[in-house]
Amino acid sequence: MDRILFGDNQFFGVNHMSEEKARAQAMKFKDVQSMMRVLDSAYDMGIRVFMCTTHDRVGEIADIVRDNPRRYPDFEFYPCMPYAHKYANSVGEVGILETIRRFAPGGIVETLVKGATAAVTQDIHKLMRMLVDAEMKRFVGVRTPVVFVQNVVTDLLLGLKLQDVLAAFHEHIREKYQAEAGFITMNLPLLVDALEQAGVRNPIVCANVNKIGFRMSGGVEAYREVLRSGRCRAIAMSVLASGAIPPEEAIEWVCGLEGLQSIVFGASSSAHIRQTKALIDKAWPVAPTVKSAVQQ
Amino acid sequence: MSHYAILGAHPRVQVTSVADSTTYVTSALRKHIGVETFGDHRRMIDSGKVDCVFVATPTASHFEAASYALDRGLHVFVEKPLCLAPEQSKQLAELAKAKSRANQVGYHNRFVGTFRETQRLVSEGALGEVYHVTGTAFGQVVVRPKTGFTWRSKKSEGGGCLHDYASHVIDLMNFIVGPPRDVLGAHLRSIYSKEVEDAVYATFRYANGASGQIETNWSDDTYRKMSTTIVVYGTKGKIIVDRQECRVYLRDAAGFETYQPGWTVRYITDLQQPVGFYLRGEEYSAQVDSFVDAAERGTADHENSFASAYETDRLVDLISKASRGN
Repeated sequence: MDRILFGDNQFFGVNHMSEEKARAQAMKFKDVQSMMRVLDSAYDMGIRVFMCTTHDRVGEIADIVRDNPRRYPDFEFYPCMPYAHKYANSVGEVGILETIRRFAPGGIVETLVKGATAAVTQDIHKLMRMLVDAEMKRFVGVRTPVVFVQNVVTDLLLGLKLQDVLAAFHEHIREKYQAEAGFITMNLPLLVDALEQAGVRNPIVCANVNKIGFRMSGGVEAYREVLRSGRCRAIAMSVLASGAIPPEEAIEWVCGLEGLQSIVFGASSSAHIRQTKALIDKAWPVAPTVKSAVQQ
Repeated sequence: MSHYAILGAHPRVQVTSVADSTTYVTSALRKHIGVETFGDHRRMIDSGKVDCVFVATPTASHFEAASYALDRGLHVFVEKPLCLAPEQSKQLAELAKAKSRANQVGYHNRFVGTFRETQRLVSEGALGEVYHVTGTAFGQVVVRPKTGFTWRSKKSEGGGCLHDYASHVIDLMNFIVGPPRDVLGAHLRSIYSKEVEDAVYATFRYANGASGQIETNWSDDTYRKMSTTIVVYGTKGKIIVDRQECRVYLRDAAGFETYQPGWTVRYITDLQQPVGFYLRGEEYSAQVDSFVDAAERGTADHENSFASAYETDRLVDLISKASRGN
């Protein structure tokens, strides 16, 4: 994995600190061209990986990258699925069964409703695979070496003790996409334990890692410990805690952590990307030596 | 499902059984998670294997389920709003008190750090006398004519922006400045829905003469998700608060505690207590922690009790009546 990954919250009006800022960003990035300008400047500074939700707009970005292989010879997407609002809005509108029918056609609902008990477990795995495949359609023909589950799903399954579904996702991504699964979480220490129980060793994970312990359930010490142990390949997000920590101090702290592999950050201007990248390069002069198991 | 996940991760809770009337839910849970399931909640309660129940069914069924559980001495958590008829909410509140059982309603905003800080500042008098309060919430729940039917699109089941959305804002306003005495006027507006309202506008009057206004609209797709803002106006200052920021303006030269005169902005990163397990927001875990604490202590007196949810249901009912002109 690369050391620095580019995130997409800024493109979709997500700001954990201020709703006004979120709205201003949503206005700024009203079309794909405005997003591409920012992505282009990140790419030209050597940030090759775009870690993104499976929002429809990202599909349009994938189209541009696919159609311009000379401009983007080694551009990589790390899709993060599902784009939960799409499903949540649909569930509110037409209910859960109709939503499943909408996104995973092919009679799976009928099997679930019949409650053919012996098949239920398999059905849930099958349903997961169908939903994943539907989300992956927009990324055909572009590189997706790592495919993530969003934290809202990872942590829901974690709480339900359904880590076998996460393991099945891991398996499916490897077999069908020759890629690696990644797991976004707000509960890193718990997740790594649960994945190990389900037979997933040394997973790629992405979690909040910041000096003030914001949304690091289990506490900063437990996070330090699991990073140091080498039991996972970790990407830090929310390193600035949505702006609560001054950038230099925030990045110095995160880069000083033993065992951390990558940092993902989002920014809405090329000046801001350059500044953050320079801080990371300065605090983290030597690239981590551990390599991803899957190579392009 | 989120309640199940949060409870499943709670170190002092064991989820023993689930009751649901749909077989695809119960069979999936039984097969996959290995939890005991029932097709009828009464049989689950009578099984004697549970100390607490979480009621997350359509609102119209809350009263029957909660009273059945309380009568049998269980601690009860109910999703919001508590009941469609305020008299029923009051009856449940009295029953819970008589039985000394934890009784909580899922108004999770009361566990968001920024709103809690606002409540503290207002109750400690930092703003002087409150003379006006506004509560707004916008989001994209219904943004086109409905193609399907769920209980949320039926008024008789507790659907609509008033019960589902505005109730959160009313409860939060009650939490911060106390409940108003009456509703002066209200307008319920359908935009895309056929049977229920998509927007709620109403004016409140408080016992001290203060006024309040609420504006909620769940058909506004300029908001990615539900976005709630409360503004409190007092003789000594003003607070604008949402789930990310608490913006305090103080007029007095003395300020208040560490708050200086003029503007002070505090963020959720600074005001929110961490939780043991995080799913969708700290407040969802914090409300479950609070309920579990109350159940362990065997008390009916705690945050978000049925008695406080009754006040919210009373206002929902008054708004509904005011909108019809009576």
